[in-house]
Amino acid sequence: MARRVGVEVSIAVSEAVKLADVDLVAAYPITPQTHIVEHLSEFVADGELDAEFVPVESEHSAMSSCIGSSASGARTYTATSSQGLALMLEVCYIASSLRLPIVMNVVDRSLSGPLSIWNDHSDMMMERDIGWIQFVALNGQEVFDMTLQSFKIAEDHNVMLPTQVHMDGFILSHVIEPIEILDKAEVDKFLKPYVSPMSLDPEKPVTIGAVGVPEVYTEGRKAQEEALLNSKDVILRTWKEFGDLFGRYYEPIGTYKTDDADIIFITMGSVTETCMSAVDQMRRDGKKVGIAYIRLWRPFPFDELIEAITRADALIVVDRAVSHGGPGGPLACEIKSALYHQAKRPFVNSFIAGLGGRDITINVFKEMVEKTEKTMEKGVEPGYEFIGVRE
Amino acid sequence: MARDQGIISWKELPLGCAILEPGNAKELQTGDWRSERPVTDYEKCIKCGICYIYCPDMCYTPKDDGFFEWNGYYCKGCGICAHECPKDAISMVKEEK
Repeated sequence: MARRVGVEVSIAVSEAVKLADVDLVAAYPITPQTHIVEHLSEFVADGELDAEFVPVESEHSAMSSCIGSSASGARTYTATSSQGLALMLEVCYIASSLRLPIVMNVVDRSLSGPLSIWNDHSDMMMERDIGWIQFVALNGQEVFDMTLQSFKIAEDHNVMLPTQVHMDGFILSHVIEPIEILDKAEVDKFLKPYVSPMSLDPEKPVTIGAVGVPEVYTEGRKAQEEALLNSKDVILRTWKEFGDLFGRYYEPIGTYKTDDADIIFITMGSVTETCMSAVDQMRRDGKKVGIAYIRLWRPFPFDELIEAITRADALIVVDRAVSHGGPGGPLACEIKSALYHQAKRPFVNSFIAGLGGRDITINVFKEMVEKTEKTMEKGVEPGYEFIGVRE
Repeated sequence: MARDQGIISWKELPLGCAILEPGNAKELQTGDWRSERPVTDYEKCIKCGICYIYCPDMCYTPKDDGFFEWNGYYCKGCGICAHECPKDAISMVKEEK
């Protein structure tokens, strides 16, 4: 039976990876690494997990090892964060283009500089266009569940794409939460051993990673794009199956008190739960506010987003990263492009908040609502604002 | 012909653009790229085999009589053989079509 325990979220993730019975973990064991792979290395050393643990010399090598492992048909896992993910980036493109179902937890932290180790979504946004599936978790339980779900989704023969589960650095990774840890028999009902549709095998040799000349590259990219778009069906089906088995149902866009909301926050990650508290307080003051939060960042769930927000008069988009020199926040950019074809478009107010570990408190959310109400009175949609920045 | 060179729909590409037939790179006729071809003057040739050893595309094959025969299927006309020949027995001649 599943047991509900107080556990650090990083350790819960390592439990999920162990339950998934991975064959190989390749990871850089020094900062910005987290307890996730530290505990996995202990599981392997103690004989609790029958897997290869490869402590490589860089994240670039970690992903390269994962590619070799996954190409040979092994269930493959890694985890990293911020600068490590940046170093890994080059090879992440290779993993998705080779269609290798590697699962990675990304502990979201800011990218330097100024040199920072704290939480924001810069690293998540850096990964936006690399062709991986990207999930964003709200809390520790979601991280645990999504990690398990990721193996099943990534390895589905109609998907075959690498998958990232994003979890906020420190706010989730280093915090103890009550989490229901499933037992092995339960997980085995949900997640079967990985069967590769095409693996490196001396008996049946194939070439992977060959040059894509101009006559082939476009078709390769199109095939990859279609695979990512089509993965949504498998994601929805897998979430339904997981919910039916364990009682926790997931959807690409979660909503909180949106039914009668005039103003809807758009959020990602753990700050959503702070926003829920802010919404509760503002509702007591008579303000009709709600939240639509993004659990699936790639492929982006355009239809579900529109469904969740069309009744609102205004949206407050909370971005935890900057697209420098561009439209402000990457999330706001996405939301605005989703709205372009809608006949009735809500007013969009875009805030950049919580960069490099700065807290987004309940009062910050209230301030966002006040500012939005004022700009709505003027009737002019503003650009974007770094809320709370000292002038 | 187009199909042999991978000119196919994205729907038909193998998973991850894999190549399912091992070693089919050998079918790629790189000799098409050539603008000059090496021609050996067998009066000068001393059968040393330097051309055979240096050729990056393995275009020379030893024959029973000790000379080396050139095969243009892969030869890109790089001229290394002509450059390395100690007797200047190989000259590069313009390809004319």
